[in-house]
Amino acid sequence: MGKLADSVVAIGNLDLLSYSDSFIHRLDARSKLLVTLAYLITVVSWNRYAIWPLIPLASYPLVLGLSGHVPAREVFKRLLFAAPFVVLVGIFNPVFDTAPFAEVMGVSISAGWISFLSILIRFVLTVSATLVLIAVTGMDPLCSAAEKLGAPRIFVMQLAFLYRYLFVLILTALRMIRAAEMRSFNRSRLSVSHFGSLVGHLLLRTVDRAQRIHVAMCARGFNGCFPQRRPMRFTVRDFGFAVVWLLFFATIRFSDLVTTIGQLVLRGLG
Amino acid sequence: MHMADALISPVVGAGGWAATLGLAGYSARIIKKKIEEPNIALMGVGAAFVFAAQMINFSIPGTGSSGHLGGGLILAALLGPHAAYLAMASILTIQALFFADGGLLSLGCNVFNLAFFPCFLAYPLLFRRLTGGTPSRARLSWVSVVTAVVGLQLGAMAVVIETQLSGISALPLREFLLLMLPIHLAIGVVEGLATAAVLMFVHQARPDVLHFTEAKPPSSKPLIFGLLGCAVLVGAVVSWFASGQPDGLEWSMEKTSGSAELESPDTAVYSTAADVQKKVSFLPDYKLPNNDETVTVENENTASSWPAVDVGTSLSGIVGIALTLLLAGLIGLGIRRRSSVQNQS
Repeated sequence: MGKLADSVVAIGNLDLLSYSDSFIHRLDARSKLLVTLAYLITVVSWNRYAIWPLIPLASYPLVLGLSGHVPAREVFKRLLFAAPFVVLVGIFNPVFDTAPFAEVMGVSISAGWISFLSILIRFVLTVSATLVLIAVTGMDPLCSAAEKLGAPRIFVMQLAFLYRYLFVLILTALRMIRAAEMRSFNRSRLSVSHFGSLVGHLLLRTVDRAQRIHVAMCARGFNGCFPQRRPMRFTVRDFGFAVVWLLFFATIRFSDLVTTIGQLVLRGLG
Repeated sequence: MHMADALISPVVGAGGWAATLGLAGYSARIIKKKIEEPNIALMGVGAAFVFAAQMINFSIPGTGSSGHLGGGLILAALLGPHAAYLAMASILTIQALFFADGGLLSLGCNVFNLAFFPCFLAYPLLFRRLTGGTPSRARLSWVSVVTAVVGLQLGAMAVVIETQLSGISALPLREFLLLMLPIHLAIGVVEGLATAAVLMFVHQARPDVLHFTEAKPPSSKPLIFGLLGCAVLVGAVVSWFASGQPDGLEWSMEKTSGSAELESPDTAVYSTAADVQKKVSFLPDYKLPNNDETVTVENENTASSWPAVDVGTSLSGIVGIALTLLLAGLIGLGIRRRSSVQNQS
């Protein structure tokens, strides 16, 4: 059951990263969430053959990741893990979209390959931005930000609950699996009926645990919302962060500044 | 079958978000109204249970492969449709944030595909109606399989429709459906059997924790709501097809496949949409002054053709990009230095 153990490690690593302290970590979660959404929209708003205009947009995850001390290894590991579905759907583009698109050194490249490459770039950009967001923000601040921005409270609270009890439940499941494996000799996988009773037991334990938590919370005066660890304040710094990035995205999206800079530099050099 | 951000367009992403937020608000209201003291602990910990249980595999006899539990149906059976919808949404949020399964922008679509269909259509309309209050073991198991299959097929179909509307993938509708539906038929059967195994156990041991064993028969309200949802879905899909067909190659492909409702509508809505499309889908020309080798993609039959595309690997573009990324890297490192110096002092 490597998958269970892996996921504990995966969530644990990102969770640990979110507790470190940096300029980016200290920003208001609302600012980071909104800017990231604007970023994602900017990335996917290009047409399916866009490649060059997408690349400067890597700046956003790059700046956030570097200044927030997010190890590149964490991000790349997760990119590889999530790639199959996107690659599977994208690989059909060269098959069905065979119109010639460009000629590079005498070799004709079909439009499908261009759009496949575009999909891969989009994938890397969107996924790394999302992972960096969670690594420099953390789950609890993101939950409060979502609530402040209008998500239903009941949803936000149970999202926080899910996150808090994920580890507990996964570790419980891991122990049950290990116990089952030790009692079943060489059979490595469960049969359906064993699966039913094992997962059923897990479910019953979950219900009982939830009942205990619920009673304990009521006994301690739970009034329908979690107390905040630190109060959220939207300061000038958060506003500045948002404005700078939104201007950058708009510049990349609606002008050709990057090429102009390149031309100026080339002219200056020669 | 999580949609990824890389495969959707902003319009489809926004549509998914609108539908999901609307349903979440509706569910939250119903939960608050129906239960004076909603057991949020059960919702949250129940979602964590599904998360963990989905990673436990069992062997499928005679195939050598393995299967696992599907989320929506078991949560609906435990919590009821409205709470299950919110719980599924939170599971998908965690998957998008921590595992890059799906993405933030496509989260709306994913919640719609994987939570709306099983919780609001398959569970109230099929599962509750077919099981009755105290079903036999055999009945519980075939009803679970049927419900899981229907929910998953609808979800898979929605994935195909959303991908088509986004126009990033070039897979034609028919081929994509032929690829997705059979795979998800098999997955649905396996998930249904897994769900049935768990439900049978729990039903025998503690029937009181299951939502569907309540004596009260299901009202017809979910049915009306479900049908309304279908109508809105179909309406939205058809109108999207009519107005915002995203690009020419897709368009001509659809035309050659001979579907009647895909005729080009010559309306004001269409031309406005095409105008907007034109404005937001330009490709800047990366071109040095003397580089004349341009290759144009021909887009007959469409109002939304983009300007001539020059993919000559022109130097200025690359230099500009390299400088931008270098600058970004320096800024990132600069901030990092500064904040660590601040921490030490």
